[in-house]
Amino acid sequence: MDFSVNHQALAYLLSAILFILGLKGLTHPATARRGNLYAMLGMLIAIAATLLGREVQSYGFIIAGIAGGAVIGTIVAMRIQMTAMPQLVAALHSFVGLAAVLVGIGTFLHYRDAGLLNAVLMGEISAGVVIGAITFTGSIIAFGKLQGLLSGAPVKFKGQHLLNALIGLATVTLAVHFAMTGSLVSLILMTLLAFTLGVTLIIPIGGADMPVIISMLNSYSGWAAAATGFTLHNNLLIIVGALVGCSGAILSYIMCKAMNRSILNVVFGGFGSDSGAAGESAGAQAAEKGVKSAAIEDAVYWMEDAGKVIIVPGYGMAVAQAQHSLKELMELLMARGVEVKFAIHPVAGRMPGHMNVLLAEADIPYDQVLEMDEINPEFPSADVVLVVGANDVVNPAAKEDKTSPIYGMPILEAGRARQVYFLKRSMRPGYSGVDNLLFYQDNTYLVFGDAKDTIDGMNSALKGGGH
Amino acid sequence: MPEALDPSLVALYVFVLACFIGYWVVWGVTPSLHTPLVALTNAISGIVLVGALLVAGDPESGLLVQIIGFVAVLLASINVFGGFLVTHRMLSMFKKKK
Repeated sequence: MDFSVNHQALAYLLSAILFILGLKGLTHPATARRGNLYAMLGMLIAIAATLLGREVQSYGFIIAGIAGGAVIGTIVAMRIQMTAMPQLVAALHSFVGLAAVLVGIGTFLHYRDAGLLNAVLMGEISAGVVIGAITFTGSIIAFGKLQGLLSGAPVKFKGQHLLNALIGLATVTLAVHFAMTGSLVSLILMTLLAFTLGVTLIIPIGGADMPVIISMLNSYSGWAAAATGFTLHNNLLIIVGALVGCSGAILSYIMCKAMNRSILNVVFGGFGSDSGAAGESAGAQAAEKGVKSAAIEDAVYWMEDAGKVIIVPGYGMAVAQAQHSLKELMELLMARGVEVKFAIHPVAGRMPGHMNVLLAEADIPYDQVLEMDEINPEFPSADVVLVVGANDVVNPAAKEDKTSPIYGMPILEAGRARQVYFLKRSMRPGYSGVDNLLFYQDNTYLVFGDAKDTIDGMNSALKGGGH
Repeated sequence: MPEALDPSLVALYVFVLACFIGYWVVWGVTPSLHTPLVALTNAISGIVLVGALLVAGDPESGLLVQIIGFVAVLLASINVFGGFLVTHRMLSMFKKKK
């Protein structure tokens, strides 16, 4: 039986349904793995239906490309550390972007040789190529910042917005010229300008805004796929592109809301800095500012007899790779009858849900890991809160100080617990550069040192010095 | 016989309706799975592979086009395999209290 366009369309419909069910599976951890399998099946059907179609006649390059991609993709996915997930995602976004650019240009050359070009088609090609190109270079910059190849600090200069606007305008002009004339030169210039725009748009955005940027680039990669779908009149690409585009857009919205900032403020704001006060020892600085520091033993003394301990992890936990030590601490405390919970702020870490994955990696059960709205009412009944590498997300200035840049941001109300122990390397302020009012509260103590070493110290104290 | 609808308009219908589905489905995703959500959407945006196959698979378009197609197939495949596998790896870690 001949595999007609109609058969192909039906297969694509099935595949689209499987992708939707796949995303739907992520509603709950219990159904999520099945969801991923649905999506894999959807992809398999989509690829098979495309290969069976009449348009694909030669298989050499295709087999080589898929085989190469399978080997590289598998090796990377198996070896990547969970703490490096934001970098991996940024790298993968850049591949989708570049693939969309190549498909756009390839389709143009292909159709030009076949004499099938028209203005609408070329308009659609430009949309796919421009969005893909911005996704590509933007994701590479994001990757560089996350990997530490580029400074995480925002790069700002005078006339930045004007420059971006001019590049954007020139890109659109070239796109229109290309759509009207089919000029290859315009297409190439337009692509190069869009590559530049990807760089200049992302470079001013600071490291702590990465959760928004990752989500935004996620969204762009979806829109790039959708635009490619319009070019190829392929409904499956349009549907999948729309799903991914929406997903990224919603995540960006959630992340912005969790920082009480607008998306425009994130994109154009250039918030935060990487610089910190160096020189004096952390302890001396702390004493000067009227902050109390505590030894590991003090924290252990109060935790081992506590009724409830809440742990607030942040990006510092990821940097110190302290999640496995925290799991041991959790077990030691639970063995003594202490209730232990983890409190996650939506923007903790460098991508949405980053902390949840790291805690899951350390085998911490997900029903002990709570989101901000669920855990906030529990802080007043907690005896000890342990803040591990988080800062701005527990800063009461967000509620109390109207002049603070982070005023209005929803926070974890750690300060309402009986005692708060902050594990910190130094007195450096959080990413926002704002001083944390919680440090000066009567019930707050700072424990200086590397987060992992400190927690390991607590663990051995709990194991050794029992009652 | 009724006048046929412009194919681009049909595509627009599909796009807008798919946006609505995406909107409702993604709001239902639990925040604790937002990283797997990003990884999974990343994997499925590897669907540009379908476009890449069409570019790489026509022997009548010259060698240049086929090479462009090959690179696109390679990149999109890295996304598909890498994205799905890493999502699977992450989801396997999410366990309930024993």
